[in-house]
Amino acid sequence: MRWICLLFPRLALEGALRRRADPEAPFALTDGPPQRQIIRAANAAARTRGVRPGQALGFAEALFMAPLSKAPEAAPGRFRVPVAAPGRFKAPEAAPEKGAGFESSQRLETAAYESALVERWRHRLAAWAYGYSAQVSLHYPHALVFEVASGFSLFGPWPNLEARLRRELDELGFSHRLVIAPNPAAARVLVNAHDGMAVDDAGLESALGALRLERAGLAREEVETLKRSGFRYLGELFALPRSALARRFGASVMRHLGELRGEWPLALDLYRPSTRFSRRFEFDRPVHAVASLAFPLKRLLQELGLFLIGQDAGVERFRLTLELEDRSPQYVDIGLLRVQRDPDTLLTLTRAHLERVRLEGPVMALELGAEQVSDYTPLRRELLDGPARQAQAWTELHQRLVARLGASALKPLIEHREHRPEAAVLAAAGPRAGETLERRRRPGWLVAEPQRCEAEITRLLAGPERIESGWWDGDDVRRDYYLAEWHDGRHAWVWRQPGQPGLYLHGWFG
Amino acid sequence: MNELESLIDSRQVWRVQSDVDEPRDRVEATGHAALDSVLPGGGWPRSAVSELLSNGTGSGELALLWPLLARLTAAAEPVVLISPPAMPYPAAWRGAGLTLSQCHWLDVTGREALWATEQCLRAGCCAAVVAWLPQADARAMRRLQVAAASGETLAFVSRPVGRLEEASPVSLRLRLHRHGEAEILKCRGGWAPVKRIAFGGGG
Repeated sequence: MRWICLLFPRLALEGALRRRADPEAPFALTDGPPQRQIIRAANAAARTRGVRPGQALGFAEALFMAPLSKAPEAAPGRFRVPVAAPGRFKAPEAAPEKGAGFESSQRLETAAYESALVERWRHRLAAWAYGYSAQVSLHYPHALVFEVASGFSLFGPWPNLEARLRRELDELGFSHRLVIAPNPAAARVLVNAHDGMAVDDAGLESALGALRLERAGLAREEVETLKRSGFRYLGELFALPRSALARRFGASVMRHLGELRGEWPLALDLYRPSTRFSRRFEFDRPVHAVASLAFPLKRLLQELGLFLIGQDAGVERFRLTLELEDRSPQYVDIGLLRVQRDPDTLLTLTRAHLERVRLEGPVMALELGAEQVSDYTPLRRELLDGPARQAQAWTELHQRLVARLGASALKPLIEHREHRPEAAVLAAAGPRAGETLERRRRPGWLVAEPQRCEAEITRLLAGPERIESGWWDGDDVRRDYYLAEWHDGRHAWVWRQPGQPGLYLHGWFG
Repeated sequence: MNELESLIDSRQVWRVQSDVDEPRDRVEATGHAALDSVLPGGGWPRSAVSELLSNGTGSGELALLWPLLARLTAAAEPVVLISPPAMPYPAAWRGAGLTLSQCHWLDVTGREALWATEQCLRAGCCAAVVAWLPQADARAMRRLQVAAASGETLAFVSRPVGRLEEASPVSLRLRLHRHGEAEILKCRGGWAPVKRIAFGGGG
């Protein structure tokens, strides 16, 4: 087993930045009661201006009112990015005054820290990781652990997989540290001190041994007790006889050390992905034009794409809900001709749909929901070509037809060993016919319900041929069949019951 | 000759048979020598819709198509029949040389039949799609023609003779007459022969 632990040191901030039109503009997350808000986290642009976690909000905002010359040096031009929309939590007195020496377009945008939002992001990242592993756990706060040994055959050796994970996380905009270790507990503590470390079974004990006790995932009072006894590194504990360790420091320390070394199994609650997708995007101020929906739509579709990759699925239909300011929501249902999951394709298709939509009012929030995912098979012509691709495309088509029309609509053509024509065409009517061909002439079409027809017939061309069968199942048939000419020259297959008048149309020779 | 060229350039005169020399791989032989010899390229146009106008079920459409379908299904390629006018009788289809395991028929009507035909054509995995769509109008036919081209699928659409006067955007239009004769009403990339072509079978 090989477990990856991903630690996201700035999850809350980066999650909030993803929702902003310009993530480069100075931005900070605030926390605490409304009167005494403090900075909890700040992005690079805000930090270059001196904003630090722990500062009072008023102080941080004041930094942006100071003349630029006194601010710490930063990349030129970076501050000149105009800010799209004023923050909702901004205090009015913080508005910068216009004048010489002041950067009037620059202000600190803030939003309140929400633990629910962080939790949502953790789940989304778990959904992403689910694309790599079926064993994903959110057991540790701020971190994600998942097992990948079973995926090496699919994703290639570790350096390739590592590069791929990092690339995808960078694209998502999440800074991270990662470590791969033989068990999840070890991976979690090693990521406290390392980034990019790969430990195997042989190197595990020495890697753990070099960790300081404060970073080893022990409870605070346990660390205090151990330090008072003169221990500083985990390795010093590993060197002690276990009985002495258990006696002096108790079972919970023993258990933790056992978990780190992989001797105690760790029961992790595994992440289970949900099968429906729903994401919202709230606008700071009402949106009046369809064109302004493009940016949030792109973000939402990217998230949908991630979700679908995690599910190994695609969507065939989804719904956009536009929440309007003063009336009931407007819905835009989007149905696709074939199952898709590529965000760019989805965006193109959705935009095409939206072009025909007229907004019924100012939009306050946009929600993207997919009730149901569908099986998705990527079309890779270069990999699958010829018969394999053909067979796959056929399966896909088959599923789509059955999904919409019902399983009974698509029928195979099966020949049964049965003399009664009407019974021979029914699915699962009986044993299949052998190799012997029916030598007598049979019509290509059978009419579902035989109808009286002698008025339409000009003459009988051949026959009779007696078909007598089915006495054993109570539906016995005794008929004389003829090849007949219809009044317009077509050839029909008709029957009459021996000794009775009336001809019945039963089929057409095509 | 130069005068002819200038006439062509000024679009007063144009070549009817400019693209008549279609490569052979863009057509599928019909299996009827008489028909192959008059169709442009020598067979059914691939990646296009061929329209069959007839008086009703049993006007020779099966005799016309069976040789082609037999060859396609023998090559293990699926063939789909959409809303056929009656139940296909397996014994007869097998007797005509078709591999039944590759034959499927869709028992649907109305708009669903149009939808299903378009899906089958676009999917690009059916060797041939044969649809009976009396409800299809010129717009629907154009959609199907585009679908057949995008899915590179051979398509046949059967409609009643009543649609004869309507313009149709398809590549090939045939009318089935009694005693197994076909009249070519329109064929893209060639002259439609005046004479009817006997292909045998039918009434």
